[in-house]
Amino acid sequence: MKIDLKQVEDACKELYIRALKLLPPDIKAGFARLDAAETDATGKAILGTMIRNIKVAEQNENLLCQDTGIPIYNVRIGSGVEVDGYALKQAIVKGCERATREHPLRSSVVHPLTRANQHTSSGRLVPVINIDFVPDAETLSIEMIPKGSGSENNSWLRMAVPADGVDAIKTFVIDCVLDAGGKTCPPTIVGVGVGGTADLCVHLSKVAATRPLGSSCEDPEGAKLEAQLTRAVNQLGVGPQGLGGDSTSFAVHVETAATHITMNPVAVNMQCHSARRARATFTRSGLEYGF
Amino acid sequence: MAHYDFNLPIGEADARRLAVNDTVTLNGTLYGIRDATQIHMFDHGRKTHFDMKGHAVVHTAPNVKKVEKSAEHPSGYASICIGTTTSARMERFTRPLMEEYGVRIIIGKGGLSQGSADAFRDVGGVYLAIVGGAAALETTWVEQIEDVDLDDLNPESLWKFRVKGFGPLLVSMDSHGGSLYTQVNNAARDKRAAALAYLGVKA
Repeated sequence: MKIDLKQVEDACKELYIRALKLLPPDIKAGFARLDAAETDATGKAILGTMIRNIKVAEQNENLLCQDTGIPIYNVRIGSGVEVDGYALKQAIVKGCERATREHPLRSSVVHPLTRANQHTSSGRLVPVINIDFVPDAETLSIEMIPKGSGSENNSWLRMAVPADGVDAIKTFVIDCVLDAGGKTCPPTIVGVGVGGTADLCVHLSKVAATRPLGSSCEDPEGAKLEAQLTRAVNQLGVGPQGLGGDSTSFAVHVETAATHITMNPVAVNMQCHSARRARATFTRSGLEYGF
Repeated sequence: MAHYDFNLPIGEADARRLAVNDTVTLNGTLYGIRDATQIHMFDHGRKTHFDMKGHAVVHTAPNVKKVEKSAEHPSGYASICIGTTTSARMERFTRPLMEEYGVRIIIGKGGLSQGSADAFRDVGGVYLAIVGGAAALETTWVEQIEDVDLDDLNPESLWKFRVKGFGPLLVSMDSHGGSLYTQVNNAARDKRAAALAYLGVKA
């Protein structure tokens, strides 16, 4: 299956805008679940405003949140897909830039030293493009995530050692949630990376934070840990916006990787309640948008 | 827990009347301010021609569209999406905003720290919590972008909005030393040991 790169560019423009306007159904269901269970009056009122905002964004075809984030494109290339990899990356960048200019969107991306803004949501190595190869036959999927800074500014890595054990991982997650307080725009999805190298561990924490609600870690040990951690962080009472309540996090998600005999790394990355993502899937039957 | 409707600007007595858990709805002028705006104002010595005495600022950098200047769009900008960013990064600018510019109200999300609480107490001001991430809704409370200053910092310009029914916003830090963030954070830290015990972490 040969990929039409013009179609990829158009889709990458469309994906950025869709992600900013339409919240995925699993996140909406997560809101309904938290709202039904919330016992704190302030927390309940805040959840109500968030749910109302989702409707207003849909009615007015407006962005859910003003933070257009750092754009991330996750590309999964299946078997039998024919595409020039470098040209694919160029098409993604072009689509991202066009969304910013043509909608228009606030470009939230600047040079890290000069702070200069090109007003294209792009710059050196941004948009972030992650490419992976998967067994799905004749399928190319592109997931777009506008990662907001309120949550991204609350990211942590701890290179614990084997003697610290799993206790170090659990304690670290609880302390990160306490440190974040209301700054991450809770209710959050707490992404936890466990194992790997330092950089892989941080990457896994982002994968975990942006995974759909209701999904589980493929590693049964990770799945067990995330269920436990989800219940524990919601005992803290941080609540929506850090103003108190039961709804601190929709869920804690864990992703694991094998690590070194001397290492025990743990990373935490958070996703805010505006847990936005959009997906385009290219197959022989055409292009389909989803979440 | 009382509700107040304010037409801006307000005086010191109005600000001091507010206590945490009160709610406030704002009408009239509202200034939008952000990291770069305040870095340039307070670290690089730049001045604004806006009179912010008795006014409210919201921590924001909006999505806007450049348009022809008209009666409807006197600034040459139409709003697309206006929302509120995390306040904590701008903590050190609270006092100079109040002392040098006379600002009485800061609107943001996530709260501010002790330095700001002290400034609210010393000078007479409050922090109002808006629901972060609810920008589509917040945008409907903004009638017009009246004017803009320091626009070379766009989108982190100093924005002058005209708002109607902006709220209700929650008084979460007041001039009497009250802070809902400190209250909630202390209560959460008190639950840390129980959460760790639940996870089977050895003390």
